[in-house]
Amino acid sequence: MSTNGMESWAVDLSTVGAIYPFQGSEVLMVIIGLVFWIGWHVLQTRQETAELAEDEAADRSGDETRKAIDRYY
Amino acid sequence: MEGNLNALTMVFTEFYYWVTIVMMFLIHVGFCTYEVGVSRRRNHLKTLMKNAMAIPLVTITFYFFGWWIYFAFVNGPGIVDGGLVTSNFAEPWSPLMATHLSGVNPGEVDVTPAEAAYWHRLNGVFWGAFLLFSITTASIISGSIIERARSSAFWIIAVLIGSVLWILDASWGWHPQGWMVKLWGYHDAYASGVVHAIAGGAALAFLIVLGPRIGKFRADGTPRDIPPHNTWLVCIGLFLIYTGFWGFYAACNIPIISPEAIAGQITGPMWTATNIYLAPTTLSAITLNFLMSLSGGMLGGYLISKGDPFWTFSMGLCGVISTSAGNDLYHPIQAMLIGAIVPCICYKLHYFVERRFKIDDAVGAVAVHGYGGFLGVVVAGFMLWGQPSSPYEGFAHINPLGNFAGAVLMFLLGFIPVFIVCKILNSFGVLRVPRKVELEGVDFALNHAFEASVAEVGQAEKAMVNK
Repeated sequence: MSTNGMESWAVDLSTVGAIYPFQGSEVLMVIIGLVFWIGWHVLQTRQETAELAEDEAADRSGDETRKAIDRYY
Repeated sequence: MEGNLNALTMVFTEFYYWVTIVMMFLIHVGFCTYEVGVSRRRNHLKTLMKNAMAIPLVTITFYFFGWWIYFAFVNGPGIVDGGLVTSNFAEPWSPLMATHLSGVNPGEVDVTPAEAAYWHRLNGVFWGAFLLFSITTASIISGSIIERARSSAFWIIAVLIGSVLWILDASWGWHPQGWMVKLWGYHDAYASGVVHAIAGGAALAFLIVLGPRIGKFRADGTPRDIPPHNTWLVCIGLFLIYTGFWGFYAACNIPIISPEAIAGQITGPMWTATNIYLAPTTLSAITLNFLMSLSGGMLGGYLISKGDPFWTFSMGLCGVISTSAGNDLYHPIQAMLIGAIVPCICYKLHYFVERRFKIDDAVGAVAVHGYGGFLGVVVAGFMLWGQPSSPYEGFAHINPLGNFAGAVLMFLLGFIPVFIVCKILNSFGVLRVPRKVELEGVDFALNHAFEASVAEVGQAEKAMVNK
């Protein structure tokens, strides 16, 4: 039993192709990868929205905003 | 034609490793940049020098004995047959550890024609590539202990970890004939365990004995954040480490070798690149996996730290470290997912250990390198289960138990000796700077000298005005 089907290197390398584990699951891996990618955007956007809402809600007097403008950098 | 082909292969191999050494220097530019950025300004110059001086110290000690250890201890000794292995070409008094051509001078002792023909072009660049791994292993500890460890103490530990402990573990588990590979099927192609876990274990031991920075923990035991003096510089430092890491990965491979030269089970005439164990892989494979695992780490790190710049960059590095054990063989999407999940675990572990055990790791080195490296080796044992660990007959297959045992051994090989030496140094009062010096900043004398010079020059210049 071997996760890539190879149990020894007693082979002619010209006959060996893929050597990664769990060959045959490439499409599933791509689907999981795509879900990871899209999921990242969804989670990140939600985090960012929450953070911006907190920033907006903080110090509604405008004092911090004016200080930031004066500070410039 | 055969002579020309061999010569070309040898010169190419020599140049290949030389280039990796140059690239790996960027890791050290990165470490210095990052540590200077993390420290408060009143400590930044001593922090810089603490890390920078590890370079010459590890260099000379690796020349004196580190390189020899790699070849001599593959059998334990005493764990598998063979005892201590004679390696004349790695002894510091050997002419082959100096400027040498392919011949043998009359009366030149301990140099055979075959050794000269092989090592005259490769000894220096192999030594150099391994040296850069050694300095990296030492530098990993440097960041975690900033602002209160004495430089002299760190430099002793740097030599211990860089020129003795890591290279011993490499002899055991990162050598084609290492006993851990033979008996345990230990697989750690890009050094998750042999560099990162051992350095993380060493850093943890140092931190336990050293204690936290003054002011790190409140009276109720909760940690305070001690912000970097320049977060942007810290991130650029990590970015430089990413860049240098490419050289590290390339240096872990053998660029081209024939089945005949491997002299193992591989049949047929096809030449190949290999990992350190002389089992086939390609530079293309590790390019895919390096980039995908870095990306997984940065993406996972960004989410779990809510976009914190320091942690996002750190988790990117952790992503690469946590997949390094198997990046010669993983599918890139596997590398991405492992590189995303393991760093998130390490991030949580960092804060758990900080809260629970009052460990002040200024840069998260124990998490990124220690836990990341450890988990990376463990994961590889499962992902690569049953695959051959070596092109040589009779070696154990890669398996979860062998890799788990290897990960534990790597971590403890860093932890135990460094703990003992730190305890000894602490008992002599030479591990930590005095309280007053820590509070005023370890750069105090340098800052005073700076201010005095500024004042004197200023007075002299003012005296010139209107003359």
